[in-house]
Amino acid sequence: MGEERTRYKLVLGYGTCGIAAGANAVKTALEEAVEKGSYDVDLDIAGCMGYCFKEPIIEVTDRERDYSVVYGDLDAKKVLQVLEEHILNGRVIEEWVVRKSDDPSFGEGDFLANQHRIVLRNCGRINPESIDEYIAVGGYQAARKALTQMTSEEVIDEVSKSGLRGRGGAGFPTGTKWGFARKARGEEKYLVCNADEGDPGAFMDRSVLEGDPHSVIEGMIIAGYAIGAKQGYIYCRAEYPLALKRLEIAIDHLHQRGYLGKGIFGTDWDFDIKIKKGAGAFVCGEETALMASIEGRRGMPNPRPPFPANEGLWRKPTNINNVETLAAVPWIISHGGDKYAELGTEKSKGTKVFCLAGKVRRSGLAEVPMGYTLRQVIFDVGGGVREGKEFKAVQMGGPSGGCLPAELLDTPVDYEAITATGAIMGSGGMIVADSSTCMVDLARYFLSFTQEESCGKCVPCRIGTKRMLEILTRICEGKGVPEDMEKLQTLAADIKAASLCALGGTAPNPVLTTLKYFRNEYEDHILRHKCTAGVCPALITLFINEETCTGCGACLKVCPTGAISGEKKEPHKIDPELCIRCKLCLSRCPTESIWAE
Amino acid sequence: MTSLRINGKPVKAKPGITLLELAQKQGIEIPTLCHHPALTPKGSCRLCLVEDETTGELFTSCNTYVTGGMSILTDSQRVKQARKEILELIFAQHPVDCTVCDSANYCKLRRYAADAGVQGNELPGRGEFLPVFDNNPLIHRDYSKCIGCGICVRACREIQGAGAVEFKGSGWSYRPTSSFNKTMDGSSCELCGLCVSLCPVGALIEKPPLHRGVEDKRVRTVCPYCGCGCNLELRIAGGKVIGVRADIPGSWNGPSLCAKGRYGLFFVNHPDRLTQPLRREGEDLTEISWEEAIKEIAGKIKEIIKESGPSAVGILASAKTTNEENYLIQKFARAAIGTNNVDHCARLCHSPTVAGLAGAFGSAAMTNSIGDIEEAEVILVTGSNTTVNHPVIAQAIKRAVLHRGARLLIIDPRELPLSRYATIHLKPRPGTDVAWLNSMAQTIVEESLHNKKFIQERTEGFESLVETLKKYPPEKTEKITGIPAEQLRQVARAYAQARRASIFYAMGITQHIRGTDNVRAIANLAMLCGHLGKPGTGINPLRGQNNVQGACDMGALPDFLPGYQRVDSKEAREKFRAVWGREVPSEPGLTVGEMMEATLEGKLRALLVFGENPMVTDAESSLVEDALKQLDLLVVQDIFPTETSAFAHYVLPGASFAEKEGTFTSTERRVQKLNKALEPPGTARTDGETIALLSAEMGYHIQHQPAEVMKEIATLVSTYGGIDYRRLDKGGIQWPCANPQHPGTPILHVESFPRGKGLFQPVDYQPPVESPDHKYPLILSTGRILYQYHSRTMSKRSPIDRMEPQGFLEINPTDAEKMGIRDGDAVKVSSRRGKIVSRARVSASAPAGVVFMSFHFADEAVNRLTSSARDPLAKIPEFKVSAVRVEKI
Repeated sequence: MGEERTRYKLVLGYGTCGIAAGANAVKTALEEAVEKGSYDVDLDIAGCMGYCFKEPIIEVTDRERDYSVVYGDLDAKKVLQVLEEHILNGRVIEEWVVRKSDDPSFGEGDFLANQHRIVLRNCGRINPESIDEYIAVGGYQAARKALTQMTSEEVIDEVSKSGLRGRGGAGFPTGTKWGFARKARGEEKYLVCNADEGDPGAFMDRSVLEGDPHSVIEGMIIAGYAIGAKQGYIYCRAEYPLALKRLEIAIDHLHQRGYLGKGIFGTDWDFDIKIKKGAGAFVCGEETALMASIEGRRGMPNPRPPFPANEGLWRKPTNINNVETLAAVPWIISHGGDKYAELGTEKSKGTKVFCLAGKVRRSGLAEVPMGYTLRQVIFDVGGGVREGKEFKAVQMGGPSGGCLPAELLDTPVDYEAITATGAIMGSGGMIVADSSTCMVDLARYFLSFTQEESCGKCVPCRIGTKRMLEILTRICEGKGVPEDMEKLQTLAADIKAASLCALGGTAPNPVLTTLKYFRNEYEDHILRHKCTAGVCPALITLFINEETCTGCGACLKVCPTGAISGEKKEPHKIDPELCIRCKLCLSRCPTESIWAE
Repeated sequence: MTSLRINGKPVKAKPGITLLELAQKQGIEIPTLCHHPALTPKGSCRLCLVEDETTGELFTSCNTYVTGGMSILTDSQRVKQARKEILELIFAQHPVDCTVCDSANYCKLRRYAADAGVQGNELPGRGEFLPVFDNNPLIHRDYSKCIGCGICVRACREIQGAGAVEFKGSGWSYRPTSSFNKTMDGSSCELCGLCVSLCPVGALIEKPPLHRGVEDKRVRTVCPYCGCGCNLELRIAGGKVIGVRADIPGSWNGPSLCAKGRYGLFFVNHPDRLTQPLRREGEDLTEISWEEAIKEIAGKIKEIIKESGPSAVGILASAKTTNEENYLIQKFARAAIGTNNVDHCARLCHSPTVAGLAGAFGSAAMTNSIGDIEEAEVILVTGSNTTVNHPVIAQAIKRAVLHRGARLLIIDPRELPLSRYATIHLKPRPGTDVAWLNSMAQTIVEESLHNKKFIQERTEGFESLVETLKKYPPEKTEKITGIPAEQLRQVARAYAQARRASIFYAMGITQHIRGTDNVRAIANLAMLCGHLGKPGTGINPLRGQNNVQGACDMGALPDFLPGYQRVDSKEAREKFRAVWGREVPSEPGLTVGEMMEATLEGKLRALLVFGENPMVTDAESSLVEDALKQLDLLVVQDIFPTETSAFAHYVLPGASFAEKEGTFTSTERRVQKLNKALEPPGTARTDGETIALLSAEMGYHIQHQPAEVMKEIATLVSTYGGIDYRRLDKGGIQWPCANPQHPGTPILHVESFPRGKGLFQPVDYQPPVESPDHKYPLILSTGRILYQYHSRTMSKRSPIDRMEPQGFLEINPTDAEKMGIRDGDAVKVSSRRGKIVSRARVSASAPAGVVFMSFHFADEAVNRLTSSARDPLAKIPEFKVSAVRVEKI
């Protein structure tokens, strides 16, 4: 950053979502143009702002007018146009605008306006690779305050007062957990940050680590001080290279500043952090497996007790918190536990970050106060279902969670309320399903995930999930028998009752909830040999609507089996004998004349 | 004690035990497939589920600890149902091929399924058939049958400390496997067979499966291989040994055995067994009756005594035979013949220990127990390839390192299997042990790390030691030993500063011309630090043979009567005369090597050999061969024909360990009882019976009933005073055990030494007899390998032979490259005394300039190369250093 402030600041969304959508090309184009031309701008990067569905994005801040515009869906060409039009000519390109700072109702502005951001407070706002930017927004003041003005007990009290509960999914009160670790006897204690985010459809931890790593580390410094741990570990999966890189940069900076290591913040308190890369086993998110993995053993869960607070990493008292939990801690210490507790419901306080994915219109990060209803999250923040289709279900809490139907949309997000439905809060993934989603297939997908990721140790989980999966596969193939539904129920009950860890204990949830709320779809598959959503290949037939087909031949060209025939400009036909239901034709038809039944 | 309820019944339990243990104590059976009491409970099979009566929750009993107020149901309908469903699930991944499975009636899964009425076809779907691993000669692995209980993985890591098996894959493909899913060869597997013995199903099976049904009986006994003295049960069916089993409740070795114990005991059934006495008639040996044999042998002995006196007769007792028989053999020699010419192979292994430690402490044996190895903070291993020679002791050392954080220091010229567990491994040049031992001691004195209080109170001669040590600063000895001075200092500090430190040594220390000095230097080092008389703290000479400790204790030595009572002591002789009714000769007899020399000089004319094979195992075989050929009478009693019996005038068939009663004394001084499991083949007799017959023929009656013999021993040997068979039936006893009430002594020298104060015996370094020169540029060191034993009489007649049926010459790649030798090449190895042909194994285990060969193989008899130069005091030959030349052929 130059000495003299430029008029415009351009911040590129440079999280994994942005990069995946093409932010690198945008970045190169932008840098080259700014280098060559004379624009009154400086460039910066930030993590994910939450607008994953509009990536790559850029936020243009006009410092003179204290006003900013977010552009979305950019590419290397478009971004040059933004430079030309907006920076040189002062004209906002309205059609690409996602959000205007002065008009929340414009474009997708309500996506952010309907959120309440505490954990994500800095995501998308600061450069995650710069400790100065974090400090500039008040970073490390909470840690300094805790270490210099508060006793460990006071820190724990404050967190207890906030009502913060573990955001990894189980929702155990964080203050109480810290209290256990504090009281546990032992000279050496450890603090572990669980960054082994493994649920399909959950990416809030990654986004926080990529967008605001310092807030997590600051939370760790505070937690370490509170429980009496001088060594912290961040257990992060190796599939998150950007998060790891930014954590490494942050830890380097902190060592340089003396904020980590011996006598931090000028006190006599020592604290340091090591990063341990996980190899991407889902089960390593389970805390006992996670610790085994840190110790260099195969990640497999062990029974509790002994609880980690008494006998954890290397048999020393250990406290394990999730990324999101830790990221909320500095805010709580700065603003006070009471302030945090003002948000949320009676038993679930504060805010929760949800990852909107699936058929929702605005996929991305949504942080809302506890107590918001699913409807508010999915419709007010998420903008409802894509392409105006009908909402069918939301899968809450990833593969361990459950599928909730439209009737339950008014359920508030609250640990107890969600659990009562048969789903779980989990890490906060929300995968939205519409009428084109087959619920049996969805359950099958999640079970195939848990089956693959079962560590294998316990018989019910290892073998039971496999047998359930086989039954589901059979149903999807149209070979189901009526007794299958009962068999699924029994197997599910056995697995839940007899498994050691939460992976096995929750693995049947997607099946149980779909059986409960979408039994009709199972019956369709088994009794009527139909997949109403048109998903399961064995149970569908593809048709071409002769009235709307223009005979363009697009379908005929892509059909891999030559099942489609027809003269040019004449309606085409599909031979069901040859058709393999790959649906390539369906995706190519310009007039949407092909449907599955 | 906490109170809880099991199945409605109030019970009291010690906190810290699991519900499963409590239930077992209460006589309630809870099925479990993944549990073994020696392993960390894992709770993976979920079969041991019990119900919490209050909450209705199900949880595993194997890893839930008792808590006061619990109310547990082990047999409720809910529990039964859950167990049944779990069994059904297991069978949904397990082939229902019980009729052709070698696990047969030993399969726990099959039994539980039968109990629960599970047929195995309740759930749809099957497990897939995976490729079997059948290339190992001893272990068949079929992971299609694996139920994922993880016992093999835990056993290998937690008990064996080898870590050769680990799980791979997740979910459905979760299976144990060896490194990179390859064969066990080349992995860290030590073939101890523990995993196989504990596998609850048929996934791991011993090869070849000799018997599918249940055995007729199991007989508890002691392994006849090394000095560890593992307890095992012989499984007997149809008059044959069909397998072995450890895991005897209360046995010191628990479920552990080694490759030899597990796969090496089938020689008992071998058709080569001698069954009838044989007499030499020209080139041939022809069968004769026992009556003829005994009469003729006794007659010839009498004749020789008449012509040349009793000292013309020598007897080799055996470290393989029982205490009682060794006692009888020396009694026969001394009382019936009238000579002290009785010795055995301890001469070739730990005679320097007897001489060196007796001088320092007044008694010579392992000071501590195998059971307290894991208590040590620092373990110094020198001159011992423990994993190969004392596998079950090596286990404990590995466990100390892996699970107790002990530091392992190794000082040995060769890279060893234990090296990967070591904090540091220093490699001295062979034969330079006194130099580095003195330098370690010098460092300790120089840095004032010695234990002044211990030295003051319990030792004498410290000043003279300090004087001697001054000549050994590490920088100076570095030139002799090749050990960097600073590294040696580190080792010295680590050893001295540990609170509990033990030393383990074996043949690498003793089989030298200065073997006794080596042992003295070790004793000096331990006394200097006060590292004696505490758990995990002491000096542990590892005895090589199953009963070498006992054979020495029983006085099968030319200078000692039983209990190390000197033959030149009038008092001792008088004591024995009183019981034996015959005078004991006062002149010490000849040692093994001296007997051979005396034969060549014509002084010794008759030699009786019980269970030894000097033709293969003694140094400088050409001398031995000449001597054996020159004897007027050579009698060999053994269980198989041997290279020595090939020269015998009479060969007598012996009974094996499985066919007799008696006791062995293991390396940790543990006297343990053998039980008779089988009848000897043909007319074979125990060594004791033969002695009794011969003695009677010579006019001296000897009682040979083992229990009676032990009673006699107990009256004459104070350390065995409290040993009797009824006590031994309950388990071994460690001597000294003075009287029937004495519990035995796990740790020696706790308060004082047998000689009063410990004596520092300063020693000076002297180079080995042979140094490499341009004609013989390499140093040859000899030793054992894991899969063979001594002259192979037993091991080559057991399945284990298939692991390593041929000898080899281990040579460093640098040396091999210089000589153009590739792995597997045939090589000629020659020394000043002879030459043999072997096969090269190019391996960095051998340091440059040193080659290693085992002495097991008669067809490449390494003792044709070794020298008969001997330690002046202990008379042990220098097996570990011979100058040799290696040429490719």
